[in-house]
Amino acid sequence: MLEVKQLHLWRGDRHLLKGVGFALHSGQALQLLWPNGTGKTSLLRCIAGFLYAEEGQVLWDGSPVARTRDAFNCQLAYLGHEPALKGDLTAIENLRYSLGLRHKVNEAQMQAALQTAGLAHLDPQQPVRSFSAGQRKRVALARLSLWRARLWLLDEPAANLDAAGQAVLGATLVQHFANGGSALIATHQPLELPGIDARRWLSPEAAS
Amino acid sequence: MAWTWLHRFGSPPHFYRVAGKLIPWFAWPAAVLIAVGLVWGLVIAPPDALQSDAYRVIYVHVPNAWLSLMAYTVMAVAAGVGLIWRIKVGHAVAVAIAPVGAMFTAVALVTGMLWGEPTWGTWWVWDPRLVFELVLLFFFMGYSALRGAIEDPDRADRASALLAIVGVVNVPLVHYSVVIWRSVHQGSTVFRSGGPAMPASMLWPLLVAALGYTFFFGAILLLRARAEVLNRERSGSWLAQLAED
Amino acid sequence: MSSPALEIGALAAARNVVARDLLLAFRRPGDWLQPLAFFVIVTMLFPLALNSEPSVLRTIAPGALWVALLLASVLALDFLYREDGHDGTLEQFALSGQPFAVLLLAKTATHWLLTGLPLAIVGPLAAVSLGAPGGSMPGVLGSVLLGSVSLSLLGSIGAGLTLGLRRGGALLSLLLLPLLIPTLIFGARATQLAILGDSAAQPLYLLGALAILSLTLAPLAAATAVRISLE
Repeated sequence: MLEVKQLHLWRGDRHLLKGVGFALHSGQALQLLWPNGTGKTSLLRCIAGFLYAEEGQVLWDGSPVARTRDAFNCQLAYLGHEPALKGDLTAIENLRYSLGLRHKVNEAQMQAALQTAGLAHLDPQQPVRSFSAGQRKRVALARLSLWRARLWLLDEPAANLDAAGQAVLGATLVQHFANGGSALIATHQPLELPGIDARRWLSPEAAS
Repeated sequence: MAWTWLHRFGSPPHFYRVAGKLIPWFAWPAAVLIAVGLVWGLVIAPPDALQSDAYRVIYVHVPNAWLSLMAYTVMAVAAGVGLIWRIKVGHAVAVAIAPVGAMFTAVALVTGMLWGEPTWGTWWVWDPRLVFELVLLFFFMGYSALRGAIEDPDRADRASALLAIVGVVNVPLVHYSVVIWRSVHQGSTVFRSGGPAMPASMLWPLLVAALGYTFFFGAILLLRARAEVLNRERSGSWLAQLAED
Repeated sequence: MSSPALEIGALAAARNVVARDLLLAFRRPGDWLQPLAFFVIVTMLFPLALNSEPSVLRTIAPGALWVALLLASVLALDFLYREDGHDGTLEQFALSGQPFAVLLLAKTATHWLLTGLPLAIVGPLAAVSLGAPGGSMPGVLGSVLLGSVSLSLLGSIGAGLTLGLRRGGALLSLLLLPLLIPTLIFGARATQLAILGDSAAQPLYLLGALAILSLTLAPLAAATAVRISLE
């Protein structure tokens, strides 16, 4: 369970996050539908540990994340604006090396994930460089489903995805919540997540 | 107990007030000591047996050299405080020192060259102490250059702080280079284990001038740091309060 | 102490990084050949510009070699973290739960293998082309090899600080060259003694000490530098 309490963040001399707080339990999703420039990405990056909050606390399962950073990171999966894929590697190689930082790799599982993401029909030798932006996003989604992370921090996950791609995103998320995971999603458009407890947070000043 | 003092001192309004009060205590002694030290050294002290009056440049060269090292160390410590404990005033102090430290280093190098010409017969020689002092100048310049190249002010602070800390290794190198290597530059005549090797009539004006320069450094540091804090806290409400008072 | 969700240890993760970087280098060898070509060209510029007889060239050989080595190394260091910083891979490293400094050290080690090591191997050949006697090659190799280790490690700090900056390359040179001067001094001295046929033991020991010092301090500084750049 993720808890954020009274988070204050400054970028330079801009007071960006003013006492932000919320709680996120297993199986829950929270969609940040804040206007541009109000700190969606900064909030995600702060929870991920890239930005330092001058005041406030982030708690995971009751303990402050600042003290158990590495352990928290193992429970976490972050998808930022850049999908962190190497253009010169194939889709399966990208999965193998990304996942290989934490887990022992299972070829069958990776193939299955690529299939679920709708990429099985592509030439397995094709480097990711030649994929479209939407196809690359799908590889990132496949990777997301294979990381055994309880908390997903997603920044504009639906960007670059066509209707079929958005369906893949929806299915991936639904499976994640069914497994007891939770997600904090920064997005322009609210996502259709049938059957999921998905709160919408419209602006940083409004209640979460 | 010590931590609360550090955190309180690190609060910008507090620093601004305290620094403002301290400036005259540094500025006046600086003016007096430098004036006395320089007149004593440049006019009154006896001429050297070998170099006659050429040696008098030490009254400017040596204090500036010592201060270049002190300035860098203080800059690195302040930047370190800003980096590790995230006390923004530390970064403000480091920024304030950088150009001043560069100036001390440049003056030390130039006066050194002016002295080297009549005594060694050359303006410059690739000698360890001179090289490391030049490297110190590059580190001061690098600090400012890195700052200038980074747009995000927090990243600029922290990146340049790390650079300053990495470069602090150079400071003992400058001092001990004359011990470790056979150097053209003379060995330490003041900071050595047997006590100073200079006659008192020449040593005293040097120490007075050095003390004066140190006070000068303190005054300039406080003045510039205050201005930097003011600049950073542009939007702070305590400033409006201050303007009203 | 490894966290519960991590199935593999830091060493296995480091091997993963090395394997990946080697595979990427194999697929795109051009990047890695550039510093080598630069080194050869710069070394050739000296005899062309000075147009002197072999005995004179031999005296400037150590200096010329090391200046070329330094410049080629700084050129190579520019792309140590560049790609991975740009596409978000470094962020994923920071989030992996593995020790960040270890993963970055794995990257630096692979980078050295692909740039520093080839430069070190070509170094003695370049020295010979500048008039050094054939028998000096082992000594020159030793000095350049040891020196290149410090250059890569210290360079990784500079590369971390300038990650993603627009004029990063030029700034990197300004920041790194002062830091690399001790390596230059000892390395050039060791190479000079090797060329003259004397024992280069003393500067080699100093180079070795520098390499060990860099190995202990640089990874942590580089990791801090990269974290600062990821903010």
